[in-house]
Amino acid sequence: MTALEPVIGLEIHVQLATETKMFCGCRLSFGDEPNSHICPVCLGHPGVLPNVNEQAIVYALMIGEALGCEIAERSTFHRKNYFYPDLPKGYQISQYDHPIAVDGRLGDVRVHRAHLEEDAAKLSHKGASGRIHGSGASVVDFNRGGTPLVEIVSEPDIRSAAQAREWAQLLRATLASLGVSDCNMEEGSLRVDGNVSLRPAGSDELGTKTELKNMNSFRFLERGIEAEIERQRELIESGQEVEQETLHFHPDDGSLTPMRSKEYAHDYRYFPEPDLVPVVPTAEMREAARAALPELPAARKERYLTELDLPEATAASLAFQPELGGFFEDALAANSDATPRAIANWVTGDLVAALREQDLGEDPYRSKAEPREIAALAAMVEGKQVSHSAGKQILAKLAAEGGTAAGVVESEGLAQISDDSEIDAMIDAAIESEPEAADQVRSGNEKAIGRIVGAAMKNSQGRIDGGLAREKILERLG
Amino acid sequence: MPASEEICRLSATELIAGIEAGSFSPAESIEAWAGAMESDDLNAFLWKGVEGGAEQGSGHLSGLPVAIKDIFCTSGIPTTAGSRILEGYKPPYSATAVERLTEAGAGLLGKTNMDEFAMGSSNENSAYGGVSNPWDRTRVPGGSSGGSAAAVAGGLAPCALGTDTGGSIRQPAALCGIVGLKPTYGAISRFGMIAFASSLDQCGPLTRTVADAALLLEVMQGQDQRDSTSVGLEAPIELPSSTDLDGVRFGVPAELVGGDVGIEVGVREVFEQTLSRIEELGGEVAEVTLPHAAHGISAYYVLAPAEASSNLARYDGVRYGLRVEADDLVSMYERTRSEGFGPEVKRRIMLGTYALSSGYYDAYYAQAQKVRTRIAEDFTAAFQGVDFVVTPTSPTVAFPLGARTQDPLSMYLSDFCTVPMSLAGIPAISIPAGLAAPPEGGPELPVGFQIAAPAFGEQDLLEAAHALEMSIGFQRLDQREGEGA
Amino acid sequence: MIDREQVRHVARLARLSLSEDEEARITEQLSGILEHVEKISALDLNGVEPTTHVIELTNRFRPDVPVEAPPREVLLEAAPEGDGDSAGFEVPSPQA
Ligand SMILES: [Mg+2]
Ligand SMILES: [Zn+2]
Repeated sequence: MTALEPVIGLEIHVQLATETKMFCGCRLSFGDEPNSHICPVCLGHPGVLPNVNEQAIVYALMIGEALGCEIAERSTFHRKNYFYPDLPKGYQISQYDHPIAVDGRLGDVRVHRAHLEEDAAKLSHKGASGRIHGSGASVVDFNRGGTPLVEIVSEPDIRSAAQAREWAQLLRATLASLGVSDCNMEEGSLRVDGNVSLRPAGSDELGTKTELKNMNSFRFLERGIEAEIERQRELIESGQEVEQETLHFHPDDGSLTPMRSKEYAHDYRYFPEPDLVPVVPTAEMREAARAALPELPAARKERYLTELDLPEATAASLAFQPELGGFFEDALAANSDATPRAIANWVTGDLVAALREQDLGEDPYRSKAEPREIAALAAMVEGKQVSHSAGKQILAKLAAEGGTAAGVVESEGLAQISDDSEIDAMIDAAIESEPEAADQVRSGNEKAIGRIVGAAMKNSQGRIDGGLAREKILERLG
Repeated sequence: MPASEEICRLSATELIAGIEAGSFSPAESIEAWAGAMESDDLNAFLWKGVEGGAEQGSGHLSGLPVAIKDIFCTSGIPTTAGSRILEGYKPPYSATAVERLTEAGAGLLGKTNMDEFAMGSSNENSAYGGVSNPWDRTRVPGGSSGGSAAAVAGGLAPCALGTDTGGSIRQPAALCGIVGLKPTYGAISRFGMIAFASSLDQCGPLTRTVADAALLLEVMQGQDQRDSTSVGLEAPIELPSSTDLDGVRFGVPAELVGGDVGIEVGVREVFEQTLSRIEELGGEVAEVTLPHAAHGISAYYVLAPAEASSNLARYDGVRYGLRVEADDLVSMYERTRSEGFGPEVKRRIMLGTYALSSGYYDAYYAQAQKVRTRIAEDFTAAFQGVDFVVTPTSPTVAFPLGARTQDPLSMYLSDFCTVPMSLAGIPAISIPAGLAAPPEGGPELPVGFQIAAPAFGEQDLLEAAHALEMSIGFQRLDQREGEGA
Repeated sequence: MIDREQVRHVARLARLSLSEDEEARITEQLSGILEHVEKISALDLNGVEPTTHVIELTNRFRPDVPVEAPPREVLLEAAPEGDGDSAGFEVPSPQA
């Protein structure tokens, strides 16, 4: 049997970080008292009309430009009709055959389209009797209803769960750099659905695809897609058919269950929204969107590689993890004497490790360490004012307690010993404490020198530079 | 101080002139009209109450009460759109058109009866009972703005607001012998006007005179931030003063007026007399062709129900209005909507849902939108040769209550002459042109004459209508009764 | 033109429950109306642009500035079950 190849596409709903909703003047909110941001328009009262938020258009254009899309000359809104309590008008206003942006690319995945629409309200089930047929009640909170969304649809260019996660991370970094969204997966401001199918490797045909929902972190996204690939593989290999359906991912046990099929078949009866007029982005609007673009993650990585000479993996994690990259940029801006590479290593290495240890996730700004002090630390180590191992101690202290690098050096007495006589005395003591190793070095076995250097470092509590110690020992024993 | 009856015999412009001259106060005017409204025995009003308008100097319409079709949201005042599903609903806000009137000092004089969600041509589709035509109480006032037309014709209100989607201002104005103006689509904001068919709905005045229509249009027109499809007019509307039609060209479209389209003999006679009168006033009458106009009804009865089916999806028992309880969600939806909507509304929701449903969209909806393009082009071409297009407003005079309720298609054909202008978005006015006996015999009834102009041609339209109105000298019902009294 | 089965399907889409009688009547009436309406399908309108708005407008936007809404209690009271201070709009659970 030929090997099976996964074909994966992603659909991402991004809540825009505008002040107000897509079609009315209610403020956006998260976590506020239910139904505290509502008005006749977003409740779908009789006679109201939608009114397009200009900032949402600006953000959508920025997203289109950042994803290398073609901006539509004329884009329109449609009504997508269906009944559900979270949909107050009985239809969702969404872009259908003329989305605002099409045919883009981000990294190695093509972007099919990006379109504007409004978010639904939030429905929560009330009481414990929900299991008993006919006795359950739900409550609708319309605060979220009408939040502007941009839906981004990728082409099915992704071939593995890991690649899906990486691409979603790149997309998130890109959107975050634009400042158009909070991009918070747990709070739902970034929602990623996956379309997964399998086909014989090398084939052009597409297999039956399933749609995965509720993967509200990058880890779950990867796990969910991985699980679905395996599920489909087993079905196909045992001669069964994959059914086209929507699956719900359960983070607790990693399982996938079919969403209850709606009682009635869907027929959305799309038609042009008569209450809204076309959006025709002018040259000025497009120009403004392009001008508002910051350096995008892909370009930033390129710059880190070529201009700052950072290693590939370091450049990628700084460029694609917005908080980490921001912290790094802030440290760079402190103008210390450290090289970018040294700062980058401290940030992506020890600082990230410290975050993990303190259970602070991936945001270095949540630690107590100031970017400027990490830069100062890197400069001290590079300038041999402190040893590398002392540097590690300083970082741990900065991350846990804050303060300045110089202050920690001072209070912990970690400064490099610079007085030659003091160093010499320590070297002599180290040679004395390791007579065997000293003999071996004298007889030409240089490898044995490590033990003596180690002793010197230990005695000085890391306050001697390792290289210097080595030189001096060789001088004595050479 | 004149007696209430005298105040209630004045047109809106006369009323305002009387207040300006100090003959009576705004409060006296409002009081007189409140009394008139209370005497309603036509079932023209769904809510009787007066709000504002009595204050001196609160605007140039101070003292003028306006009856409001119950399709306009009025803050804190019941608004039902003639439907059970909105019984008891009090909107939390007011329509822009109503706000503009009250900002100009006008008062609100009750909410008038109407066909449910403006779907109908006889007012018999109101969930709150039909309205009688004041000329003959056994007959319909027309629809859907039947309550507004009957109130003005019956002397219960000096003027009223209506809405026109396919003829709902012009046709009842014609059947009740008053003036009804449908402005250019977008001239007046639709915000707060309960939607029937969004791409066609337009607010307009029903009045005693053409000048009154101009007066109200000027106050209400204008772009509104809250209605993206509103544009307003290019220049302020002035009160019309023309008395002749020198050099003005009127086009008669064979497709709407020809011998085979079901125009009653009496209606045709009045129409032809009016054409002769145009010529007497110095105007020219020519034939024009609107090759697709006869398909207007077909296109309209696809587009309007399709939009309506979507616009009426919000009445689901969740956030306001009627709810019929049920154990499960779908049953709650279905029971609420089935008990809340009347037969005509259900029929149109069904028709519109079908026309939009998978597999039928292209044949119905898309095709109807193309017919609409053609009809608009037809008018543009016709206006190359003439200034106005004229037709009888309604093919018939007011018909007996119940005559068409069992045959929806025959009811739909009442809009044959008014629908093409709605599809083209152009302004059109109906003025009373004379009386004609109904084919089945009985007292003579009003006949309306429709004049349509190019988009945004309201001022010219009002001037022509005014000249014709002056020459016709139609005696309104209130004037006849006033004489009799 | 349109049969009972289609009428039933459309009623379901529109969330209307029709009695047997209504179903029969509507099937007959819709068929009559559709027969009339269908005359337009005979027109050759290939290449004609469909019209959504007769008056051409573009780019009508609102500034991204909060607008004050009517009091929350008023909006909540309007709900069939509303008493103005309940936290939300209650419905039978879609899952029931
Ligand atoms: Mg979507
Ligand atoms: Zn709102």
